Amino acid sequence: MTESPHLWWIVLLPFAGFLLNGILGSRLRRRLVSAIGVLAPLASFALVLNAFAANNISAATSCPGCGPITALALPIVETFPVPWLAIGQIHVDFSLVLDQLSLVMLLVVTGVGFLIHVYSVGYMRGEPGYARYFSFLNLFLFFMTLLVLAGNILLLFVGWEGVGLASYLLIGFYFQRNSAADAGKKAFIVNRIGDFGFLIGIFLILATFGTLSFSQIAARLAMNPAWHGSVLTVICLCLLFGAAGKSAQLPLYVWLPDAMEGPTPVSALIHAATMVTAGVYMIARTHLLFDRAPIALAVVAIVGAATALFAATIALAQNDIKRVLAYSTISQLGYMFLACGVAAYSAAIFHLVTHAFFKALLFLAAGSVIHALGGEQDLRKMGGLRKKLPVTFWTMTAAVLAIVGVPGFAGFYSKDPILYAAFLDGTGGKLLWFVGLVTALLTSLYMFRLWYLTFLGERRSKTSHHHATPLSMLAPLVILSVLSLCGGWIGLDRFSVYLAPAAAAHRPMPEANPGLEFILSIVAVLVALEGWLIADKYYRRRTERPAQLAAALPAGYKLILNKYYVDEIYGAVIVKPLLAFSKFVLGGVDLLLGGIAWLLAGIASLSGMILQRWQSGNLRSYAAWLAAGAAAVLLFLLLTGSPHAWSLLFFHSEPILKVSHITVIQTGQVGH
Amino acid sequence: MSFLQHDVPLSWYLLLSAVLFSLGVIGFLIKRNLITVFMSIELMLNAVNLSFVAFAYQWHEVRGQIFVLFVMMVAAAEAAVGLAIIIAVFRARATLAVDRIDLMKL
Repeated sequence: MTESPHLWWIVLLPFAGFLLNGILGSRLRRRLVSAIGVLAPLASFALVLNAFAANNISAATSCPGCGPITALALPIVETFPVPWLAIGQIHVDFSLVLDQLSLVMLLVVTGVGFLIHVYSVGYMRGEPGYARYFSFLNLFLFFMTLLVLAGNILLLFVGWEGVGLASYLLIGFYFQRNSAADAGKKAFIVNRIGDFGFLIGIFLILATFGTLSFSQIAARLAMNPAWHGSVLTVICLCLLFGAAGKSAQLPLYVWLPDAMEGPTPVSALIHAATMVTAGVYMIARTHLLFDRAPIALAVVAIVGAATALFAATIALAQNDIKRVLAYSTISQLGYMFLACGVAAYSAAIFHLVTHAFFKALLFLAAGSVIHALGGEQDLRKMGGLRKKLPVTFWTMTAAVLAIVGVPGFAGFYSKDPILYAAFLDGTGGKLLWFVGLVTALLTSLYMFRLWYLTFLGERRSKTSHHHATPLSMLAPLVILSVLSLCGGWIGLDRFSVYLAPAAAAHRPMPEANPGLEFILSIVAVLVALEGWLIADKYYRRRTERPAQLAAALPAGYKLILNKYYVDEIYGAVIVKPLLAFSKFVLGGVDLLLGGIAWLLAGIASLSGMILQRWQSGNLRSYAAWLAAGAAAVLLFLLLTGSPHAWSLLFFHSEPILKVSHITVIQTGQVGH
Repeated sequence: MSFLQHDVPLSWYLLLSAVLFSLGVIGFLIKRNLITVFMSIELMLNAVNLSFVAFAYQWHEVRGQIFVLFVMMVAAAEAAVGLAIIIAVFRARATLAVDRIDLMKL
């Protein structure tokens, strides 16, 4: 038995939630708002689960009692009967495609999304704009599912822009705060820069392939097996630029740390688990193009590795708990890009999934801490929270162990294959692997630093503000911690096999080497252990050491603390000149247009001043002007209009026509 | 050709017409009394009428004569309306001096 997987419902249910809460929300009771906001993603999640189950039933050959089983064979395409665009040869449909890749992605998006909606019920309790919050969150889910299910790159772009919009709205949720409004704008603008590249890529695809549908692009590529590089490289680099914007990679990562101005569940859902992975998803979705563009792939890998290392170093010195996690997210996304860059798309998606679990958990646990401390986000003012927040402590511990890559936890199963794949990749692979390894060390270091500073040691703040954590917040924490533990147990091998129809690299892959993989795993684990030992020494046993180290290396410490001054450099190199130029243009245009307007007004008023003298109100002067005018016209006619005019007075033998003509004019009558 | 043409040339009529017209213009321009101004207008109209008739006679054009009738009719109507306005103005302002009637002045 199989039914249609109701792809459109998966997308449209959150949209219905958005409409309901967005239009009626402020008038509904808070419970009803919560119900709508949570049930919409739950329903989508149920549909996705149903599709997933239906797909997996196909493996079982028989089912006694439930009749013949028709397998839900992937991919499934659902196309809206009316085309979206039909311009000449260009034909774009509203089509949704469910294949293994989008199914996995949907499970994460709607599953984690649902949990975070539940968490939000507790976290946002009593906040003003409660309905607005849930409507935006549902809107995000609508666009994200659209992005994931899109059957052509233009529909994907719609979802892409839509999640950007939702992200902007939610970062600026506390729009009364200037910093939040600014952060929203920054995120939006930086994303537009990336989208510019993406759009160019889309146009190039349209020009090259004449179609935007993923399946047709694949068909065209399959027809030309020898087609490599050239325009494909350019397309892929453009797509990479777009992906770098959305997934916060170098050089466009600057918006993500600021995006932490939004409510913490938003950071968890949009800026950690789902939206920022859209770039990875997009590369995996268009991997057939990337497979044919080795240069672009190399760039992807380099960008990923560089970002991973770069962000990890910044995370070491941040004091805001959410900012540490934000840089950690950037770093982990770098891992995913690294995996994409070495054509290990399955590994990238696998890491995306496990990362969604443990990073969402980290954010939600951090949110729980912040909630308990009444809004405190500074790590230096936390500490000793282990006893106060036991559930948060244990779930956070699970997440930390997962991200660090302790064997048995999800991160171990997804991060090590990435390092392994990087190690096997060509000549530069060893370097990529080494960068990844150093990043792993740093990851372990900053995560345990955060862990120690938050939960262990003495309480460093005197705030007695202590909220109880409601069940709606604890339940998602527990579920996600279980997923962080077990999420990787499926193993990359089975995951790759499952994903193979949608995301297997179409290029020769290196020979598998289980012995080498095992050794590399051990190295990675040892490195993570080393990171933990350093953190333990610095932040538990000898807590004075970090300050001493910072004092010993003031330049380096300040560099990292200030995030390599990237924001300042961007401000000085790009923003300021642009602003100055805009002001110059504004001033020039103002001067020009203002000058013209002033000139016209001046002419008008000056001529008015002169001409108003004629309007003396004196009837006789009017009459004099009238007579003078008439005399002038007459004189003009006599001198130029007709050579025979004088004959009117002095000769009698002129032709009748001419004379009567003159006469008629003289008396002001139109002649025949 | 009529005897008129042999006795008095057309140009004389026209000259007379021009003189009358100029008198009308001058009267219009220099007189301050509204009624005198009005009479000057009538004088100008009649000067034009004279040239119309003279031309019509000269060239045997009946249209000129017809036009004179039109002008006289319009002049009569104008006289009626104009005199009514003058009376109204006099009642309102108690003066007929053209210089004082300057409400339209800026």
